[in-house]
Amino acid sequence: MIEFDGVGHAYGERTVLEQVDLSLTEQRVAFVGLNGSGKSTLARMINGLVRPTRGRVLVDGLDPAEKGAAVRRRVGFVFTNPDSQIVMPTAGEDVAFSLRRSGLSRPERARRAAEVLAEHGLDGYADHPAHQLSGGQKQLLALCGMLVLDPDVLVCDEPTTLLDLRNKRRFVELLGRLRQQVVLVTHDLDLLGGFERVVVIHGGRVVADDEPGPAVAYYRELAR
Amino acid sequence: MTPLGLYVPGASSLHRLPAGAKFLGMLVLVTVSVVLGSPIALGVICAVVALGYPLARIPWDRVWPLLRSVLLLAVVILALQTWLLDVRSAGVTVLRLVAALGAASLFTLTTRIDDVVGAVERALDPLCSPRMLGRFGVRPDRVGLLVGLTLQAVATLSGIAASVREAARARGVERSVVAFAVPFLVRTLKHADELGEALAARGVADE
Ligand SMILES: Nc1ncnc2c1ncn2[C@@H]1O[C@H](COP(=O)(O)OP(=O)(O)OP(=O)(O)O)[C@@H](O)[C@H]1O
Ligand SMILES: [Mg+2]
Repeated sequence: MIEFDGVGHAYGERTVLEQVDLSLTEQRVAFVGLNGSGKSTLARMINGLVRPTRGRVLVDGLDPAEKGAAVRRRVGFVFTNPDSQIVMPTAGEDVAFSLRRSGLSRPERARRAAEVLAEHGLDGYADHPAHQLSGGQKQLLALCGMLVLDPDVLVCDEPTTLLDLRNKRRFVELLGRLRQQVVLVTHDLDLLGGFERVVVIHGGRVVADDEPGPAVAYYRELAR
Repeated sequence: MTPLGLYVPGASSLHRLPAGAKFLGMLVLVTVSVVLGSPIALGVICAVVALGYPLARIPWDRVWPLLRSVLLLAVVILALQTWLLDVRSAGVTVLRLVAALGAASLFTLTTRIDDVVGAVERALDPLCSPRMLGRFGVRPDRVGLLVGLTLQAVATLSGIAASVREAARARGVERSVVAFAVPFLVRTLKHADELGEALAARGVADE
């Protein structure tokens, strides 16, 4: 469970989030809102990349601002740009990199990495240079790097922005199958089909919090 | 355009050699070629290094871009040194450079970064005991990660440079320094920022 308790945030003088109170228990939650409304700032707070300047966030009762390491073991984060998330030269090494603290031996890590790649449509790519994968494959790789750690929560900040229609559909199908609680930030309203709860952020505040139908209707009205 | 190659998967004897031994071998080759002053001996070293490429079964389409950038570098240096010094010392410098770059490339082409990192970590382990470098907070796994990220950064930066150059060409400003430098710097800094966040999300800062 993820709780935002009177959360506010300011970058320097500029306040970008105000009085956010949310308690996210659903398995599939999305944040939508216009550019600059504060979605990414809010999502980054879940794993402590951004610390709220007011209020607090709790993930399973742990505050990411204090227990960052413990929270990041529970929360995986997929960013928009897969190029910056891939830190090792081959797909297998990159996934194995996530396991460096797992206590597994090097060959075990490599085997586990290959398994996870195979499970998510990258079978046979373990030795492939990561920077030569297609955009969609890179995004899948970034996801594999997180899933290999089996987190409880997966936060994705516009993970499909750079993907074509087919890769986007694959990514969404994959998200649908995961056992993890997923928090998705997106501008792509097509992705919201399987979601239980959609939170609309506007000007740093929660302005709607509902099932996809009514929430999206509200958002469309906002965007006019 | 980087003179260093990125890993090509394979099962040749060069691929199977332990990373540490291979690294030492490369170091010895590079050192010897720096020490030696005879063009003939240097030519032999270059030939030995060159033989390593077919031995490792590196495909030609991976060798050619490396060869091209090394040759380009060699021609420039040869011309410059011949002009400044004499043909003989120019030849020696170029042969040294070709031997060293050739050996280093052969190493990076046949060794997984993960294995390099592992070898670095093992080699540093005794050095990083609390009584030695460990006192200053040097940790072998961190040094290993640094080596891995540095090698990876070469690929990323050359990728950014290529796409910025392409964009400049598309706007017809390929000769402008500003049209290259500004977006290159902005994208490099942005990449550094995002990479930092991604590493933090993967728990690197937590260890
Ligand atoms: N590092 C930063 N420093 C200063 N201001 C920032 C920083 N990051 C974001 N902001 C500002 O905070 C506000 C909210 O940004 P945020 O990235 O959370 O928006 P968003 O809803 O994710 O937008 P988008 O849909 O465009 O991704 C914006 O006004 C932005 O300019
Ligand atoms: Mg955003």
